[in-house]
Amino acid sequence: MAKHTLSVLVENHAGVLSRVAGLFSRRGFNIDSLAVGVTENPDISRMTIVVDGDDYTVEQVGKQLNKLIDVIKIKQLDRHDSVSRELALIKVTATAATRAEVIQIVEIFRAKIVDVSKNTLTIEISGGTDKVAALEDMLKQFGIKEIVRTGTIAIERGNKYIRVNNEEE
Amino acid sequence: MKLTGAQAITKALEMEKVEVIFGYPGAAICPFYDALVDSKIRHILTRHEQGAAHAANGYARVTGRTGVCVATSGPGATNLITGIATAYMDSIPMVAITGQVSTELIGRDVFQEADITGATEPFCKHNYLVKKVQDLPRIIREAFHIASTGRPGPVLIDIPVDIQVKEFNFEYPGNVEIKGYKPNYKGHPVQIKKIAEAIKKAKSPVICAGGGVINANATGELQELVEKCSIPVTTTLMGIGSIPSRHELNLGMLGSHGLYAANHAVHNADLLIILGARVGDRAMGTAAKIAEKAQIVHIDIDPAEIGKNIGTSIPVVGDVKLILKELAAIAEKGDVGSWMERIKKTKKDHPLRDEDGAEANTVKPQYVLSILSDIAGEDTIVATEVGQNQIWAANHYRIAGPRSFITSGGLGTMGYGLPAAVGAKVGNPKARVVAVSGDGSFQMSMQELGTIKQEKLGIKIIVFNNSRLGMVREIQKLKYCGRYSQVYLESNPDFVKLVGAYGFKGEVVSGNSQVKDALKRMFSNDEPYLLECIVDPEEPTM
Repeated sequence: MAKHTLSVLVENHAGVLSRVAGLFSRRGFNIDSLAVGVTENPDISRMTIVVDGDDYTVEQVGKQLNKLIDVIKIKQLDRHDSVSRELALIKVTATAATRAEVIQIVEIFRAKIVDVSKNTLTIEISGGTDKVAALEDMLKQFGIKEIVRTGTIAIERGNKYIRVNNEEE
Repeated sequence: MKLTGAQAITKALEMEKVEVIFGYPGAAICPFYDALVDSKIRHILTRHEQGAAHAANGYARVTGRTGVCVATSGPGATNLITGIATAYMDSIPMVAITGQVSTELIGRDVFQEADITGATEPFCKHNYLVKKVQDLPRIIREAFHIASTGRPGPVLIDIPVDIQVKEFNFEYPGNVEIKGYKPNYKGHPVQIKKIAEAIKKAKSPVICAGGGVINANATGELQELVEKCSIPVTTTLMGIGSIPSRHELNLGMLGSHGLYAANHAVHNADLLIILGARVGDRAMGTAAKIAEKAQIVHIDIDPAEIGKNIGTSIPVVGDVKLILKELAAIAEKGDVGSWMERIKKTKKDHPLRDEDGAEANTVKPQYVLSILSDIAGEDTIVATEVGQNQIWAANHYRIAGPRSFITSGGLGTMGYGLPAAVGAKVGNPKARVVAVSGDGSFQMSMQELGTIKQEKLGIKIIVFNNSRLGMVREIQKLKYCGRYSQVYLESNPDFVKLVGAYGFKGEVVSGNSQVKDALKRMFSNDEPYLLECIVDPEEPTM
């Protein structure tokens, strides 16, 4: 099933996240990831939702979201016309024997090491979903102790922007 | 002016031109009930909060205004949930006001605390928990706006008791500005033109009218269009009354429990125009099949409904009344001569059988309803329960116009009919109101007889008594090879004695020949009256 990224502007009220999550669970939509944060306007938050589904599902998701009073605007982001990133912290086993190899891989991916201990290294990586998945794959052989991920966030390329009362430039 | 929160609520309701509210008090809503003593708003005390919600629902359907119900926190609020869900499924404008425990106590599981905003989220258009008393006027203004505009629906306002007693400077907002809520009323002219062209080309068009036609007050525009272009009309359960039952273009209700002529027309149409209907599964369960043969036009004010259950060739988002008006002006009749002949023949070959054959010891419910249509008169409102009684009433009671057939369509809530009849009678006191029920559903809300007595409402009640949970029994007969499980209501009360305990009159009929006179007695005055009809448990709806 295809993944679709929706950028949703919502009122920055208590309970909005719960409403959106409730809507998805109620209607049987699959959320792959959900990230939310306040925008340049403190009364408005942006949710970036990655939905797993076919065209009918995505159309219904958008329409049902629009019915929520707290949802102001929705834009489906095109994969080729937008930049998307996620951040992951990966704690991997690294003893004296394997540490050097792990560090090499980290350098190749241009990731960062943010913590070190006798037996582990914690790596911070941000990038597209593919890049993060690739690093995870490379580190599997050493033994991944824990991964913490944010959701995907995304923004349109070029001059265009999504705001409450604006048409896109 | 300086007001307490509770006084602000009554003032705001008055500014919204609310004349009557339905409710049941409790500790957490006491300040409001105190302020109510000084207000000119009429309050109807029901006997169960669910009754208050259903009464607000019936009131809204009959008057077109927003129904208001009030309950206390905790169990009072949770008792409203079924009523709110009923209104949500049928798109009825309603504002529910609930008391809540004090703000600093929320989340501590104190006495009669319930997270009603969380619990009703799936069932309302929007809900509010008031956190600052200064927000109260804006919230009430917004709530009424949201409930009554676009696709109508219930809105709940949860008001903590400390906020109800706090004083503040009351100012009622003029405008409502909600960034995320801007319904679209005007249909796109290009799309409307496409529909007109489709009508001209169609050889076998059919219109399916839903509850949206009644919500939009568009029955006049609908009749104008279909008479101009000779298009037969079928209605969903919620759309009954969109066109008078006896109109020659009326096909009757469609769907699993509808009439043959209606389903036949829909399945053989080359153009199906869906107006203000949500393509419910009982009405159009075979939507995919219908869409194969016919071009589908879907006109609805809620864009989310279009394309949800049936693929649409010409979608139009907007208010049905405005769109029909524009459409009637430009549309022209197609080459539908032979289609109209076919419709006429189908109606003649598969007529509605009102079962006037006399039976020993039982009454035919279909017969009762058809005689009721003749005797009761055009200004009669029928409120039904759910189940077999609902289907018999939908098919056999001849409706004259909109807002006179009220029923729980989407949710199918048993116990809806009697309190809804209360709301209907309060909303339209001059009309005759008849509540049609079965013995099962009547017992779900018979406590509202107390409300009927206290408010002196001359509601007529018909109980089709087959001592069964009839519709479920029918399902068990068809699908479970007659293995009846828990559908026998063995110990029904003597219903006539029951209403007698409230001081009302009633009688039992057990033969078709007794029906006419019994109905005449029922309508001989304006007092509440119960007519119990003994019905054969084997009597089917299909």
